[in-house]
Amino acid sequence: MLTCRQTSQLISESLDRPLTFSDRIKIKFHLFLCAACNRFNIQIRQLCVVVKMLTRDTEDDDSIVLSEDAKVRISKEVASASTSKHH
Amino acid sequence: MAENVNDWLNEHGDYLYRFALARLRDSHQAEDAVQETMLAAIKNNSFEGRSSARTWLTGILKHKIIDMQRKQIREQPVSDLVDLEADDTTMDDFFNERGHWLERPKEWDKPDSALEQKQFLSSLSACLDKLPAKLKVLFMMRDVHEIENEKTCKDLEITPTNAWVMLYRARMRLRKCLELNWATR
Repeated sequence: MLTCRQTSQLISESLDRPLTFSDRIKIKFHLFLCAACNRFNIQIRQLCVVVKMLTRDTEDDDSIVLSEDAKVRISKEVASASTSKHH
Repeated sequence: MAENVNDWLNEHGDYLYRFALARLRDSHQAEDAVQETMLAAIKNNSFEGRSSARTWLTGILKHKIIDMQRKQIREQPVSDLVDLEADDTTMDDFFNERGHWLERPKEWDKPDSALEQKQFLSSLSACLDKLPAKLKVLFMMRDVHEIENEKTCKDLEITPTNAWVMLYRARMRLRKCLELNWATR
């Protein structure tokens, strides 16, 4: 019988590699009996989803912009790289 | 060509910066990534207006981001074992000697409104930034880019087992932090 600790680790690994048939059965059995690990299983999968939402949210946030300093610095680097290219 | 690049910087620079910031979660690194992208854009003459400039530039940027993340994971480990020990996450923080939860995961209420959604994402953001650096980078590489594990591992010079342990630790810490922040808001 798996402990919650073992189950949590296997559930995390199931996101990264295929589990053996035997491990999958053991997890299913544990989840049948353990409400806490069921919540964990749901939440760990939700994590993937919400992190992607956070990424999208940042991408779409128009108030986030390059600072003027950064723009100037990058322009300069680009300009000197272009010049050296032509020599 | 320089004129093009400056136009691109003005028109797409902010977007590229946000794209990089979303993945690197550090403003200096994000600025560097944009700069590297512009420099690569000058060298590479393959853009002929086939796709939109933004799509093309974003493609270059993605590679630059992955390069930077890769560097962060590979830099300086004496051995994977030393690294894992340097990260102080231990499962004893989460489970007792019999392998039971010290604090059982709770039911999360779903964000109800746009404001709650913002709050939720803001909690998540704070929790991500609390992760030890390597765990954060690996988590972002894996769960945001969805790079396959085997390919990632070879590239990063870590064993699959170490990758799984690091991702497990990252996820456990994130989940707990988020629950703490979100449930007690």
